[in-house]
Amino acid sequence: MREGWTQVSFRYDGSFAGFLTCVYESFRHFEEPMAFCGPEEDRCSIWPERPVETDPGHAKQIYRALREKASKEVQRMVTHGYLADLEGKECILWQFIRMAWDIGPGVIYWITDERVSRLDKALRAMYNEAHLLKGFTRFSDCRGLLWAQISPKNRVLPLLRPHFCDRFQMETFLIFDDVHHEALVYAQGQWAIRPVDSIQFPAADAREEDYRRLWKTFYDTVAIQSRHNPRLRQSNLPKRYWHHMTELREELAQEGLVSR
Amino acid sequence: MELLDKLTILTDAAKYDAACTSSGLDRKGQKGRLGSAMAPGCCHSFSADGRCITLLKVLLTNCCAYDCQYCVNRRSNDTPRAAFTPRELAELTIQFYRRNYIEGLFLSSAVLRDPDYTTELMIRALRLLRQDYGFGGYIHAKAIPGADPALTWQLGLLADRLSVNIELPSARSLSLLAPDKKKEAILKPMALIREGSAESRRSLRRLPEARALRFAPAGQSTQMIIGATPENDRQILNLTQNLYRKYRLKRVFYSAYLPVSGSRLLPAAEHFKPPLLREHRLYQADWLLRFYHFDASELLEESQPNFDPQLDPKCCWALRHPDFFPVEVNSADYERLLRVPGIGVTSARRILIARRSSRLDELSLKKLGVVLKRARYFITCSGRMTEGLRLGPEGARRQLLALERPRVLALEPEQLSLFDREVGV
Repeated sequence: MREGWTQVSFRYDGSFAGFLTCVYESFRHFEEPMAFCGPEEDRCSIWPERPVETDPGHAKQIYRALREKASKEVQRMVTHGYLADLEGKECILWQFIRMAWDIGPGVIYWITDERVSRLDKALRAMYNEAHLLKGFTRFSDCRGLLWAQISPKNRVLPLLRPHFCDRFQMETFLIFDDVHHEALVYAQGQWAIRPVDSIQFPAADAREEDYRRLWKTFYDTVAIQSRHNPRLRQSNLPKRYWHHMTELREELAQEGLVSR
Repeated sequence: MELLDKLTILTDAAKYDAACTSSGLDRKGQKGRLGSAMAPGCCHSFSADGRCITLLKVLLTNCCAYDCQYCVNRRSNDTPRAAFTPRELAELTIQFYRRNYIEGLFLSSAVLRDPDYTTELMIRALRLLRQDYGFGGYIHAKAIPGADPALTWQLGLLADRLSVNIELPSARSLSLLAPDKKKEAILKPMALIREGSAESRRSLRRLPEARALRFAPAGQSTQMIIGATPENDRQILNLTQNLYRKYRLKRVFYSAYLPVSGSRLLPAAEHFKPPLLREHRLYQADWLLRFYHFDASELLEESQPNFDPQLDPKCCWALRHPDFFPVEVNSADYERLLRVPGIGVTSARRILIARRSSRLDELSLKKLGVVLKRARYFITCSGRMTEGLRLGPEGARRQLLALERPRVLALEPEQLSLFDREVGV
């Protein structure tokens, strides 16, 4: 099966269009990617390095081919797969694409095959995280601008975008993903997702503090003492989300002090 | 009175209502308005008792004309009283919603003066929120039994979901503990809401532009208190099934009785532990009715009218029906797959998908999300017996009991000694 294919390591700019260009090159020259390196990775690989310049035209061609040779569903899986928290995702996606072109739309039925199941599992985890963050994201109001900070495992901003832009149509808001260093900005029907290193958010004003206190009070009051069940809470609301949640920060800080 | 104090009093008075879901309705955001709704619902937080918080759950007021024995708000109870003004409530809802603390509002109320007056107050508050503040998020409102049907209709045009709490699982218990409430007074608004929803769906089909006149588009729910009165699980589950079928309810909630009152008609507060495990089993059975196509009569028989605390209802059913098993995962239809412990709605669907490409073995079932620890006593893969199947029903029961034990202990640790005696029977 590997006959006629040269094993290489692709070096590219780390963008989705760049990845699709690599896919284009690999099928054109029968090069099988054994590894991918982003622009900042100094990884030496045992395979010959193959630098690829991003070509939007070629990328678009591959993107369209995913739909035409397989299906819209397959196209979505590849696009979203690139956002997922998945070690070695480029190679996994490449193998999935290759399989999709062999089998066609029916590739999605192969969820027990290793080449599909790795992607499928990562996608399900990502959709789950995106769903949770639709609820767990907390905004603060700073003179009419709503801002929020999140630390997701997956690059979920593109998945959260339709939800929040629809729900908060009349608002101006910003969500900063401090793990992947990008921000979603929305104002008056327009949105953008842009790379951002860091953002220094202003301290809460008195009005904002009032609402945080009201919310914390509601949160504490609504719990029923005789049903106290911290284990159940933690399995429903994992600790890694607490840091950015208004009602839980205090508790998290107290625990930190105790354990130190 | 400070807003913070009002919020504390009126949250404290509302917290025993179990319903906090925002499900059953998809509504896109609209130009010039704030908010949307999504059919699966969305949890925004979880309180220290592990329950989901999705709506701002408060009473409009806790000043009550009634004296129901099981209720913290009964007029004979000495407790601080408060009331929100419609504007306070609207402002609070909007500001919580903008910060994404909540998915919407769950508004209930004690009966101030009489049911009509109370309903009018609720309508005024919701109208302000919907019309003046342009709120398009989820609203769950409690219909007040005994209110004029015309008022309940208006309430349903403003709310997405309505609920009427049935409170206690039988008319006898109701007349004993809630002398101001009659079974008929509860069932009447339920029927009214059912008719209202059906009527608004019909007119929507004729007049699609009548969207603004949708009546409780996310349907209705109810709740009952478990463990305050002597009804058995079978009576409760039959009642539940009737409510789903006859009244087209979307959800029935169960609330383990908590001793909030010293009434002699109720279990003594001292040493009383809320029956959380029983509540859990009822929810599991409720799930089987709604998503697994079980009938109440299959789950509990007259000779065995209560759930086994040690084992979940689905496992119990499977162990009582050895003739139904083993199920061959490579050929069984969806309905059959759903009956296997360890196979849920999602994994059954995924089995059907995966079967289109290849034959399934135990390893592939794992990848599909099947809980093999449970399923292996009930399935074959391509005719091959899974390891657990060789144990026979008695062996399987012992293994399943051991699997379930940690969960049981987490819910009701004090029953440890009782279980020790019964395990392995």
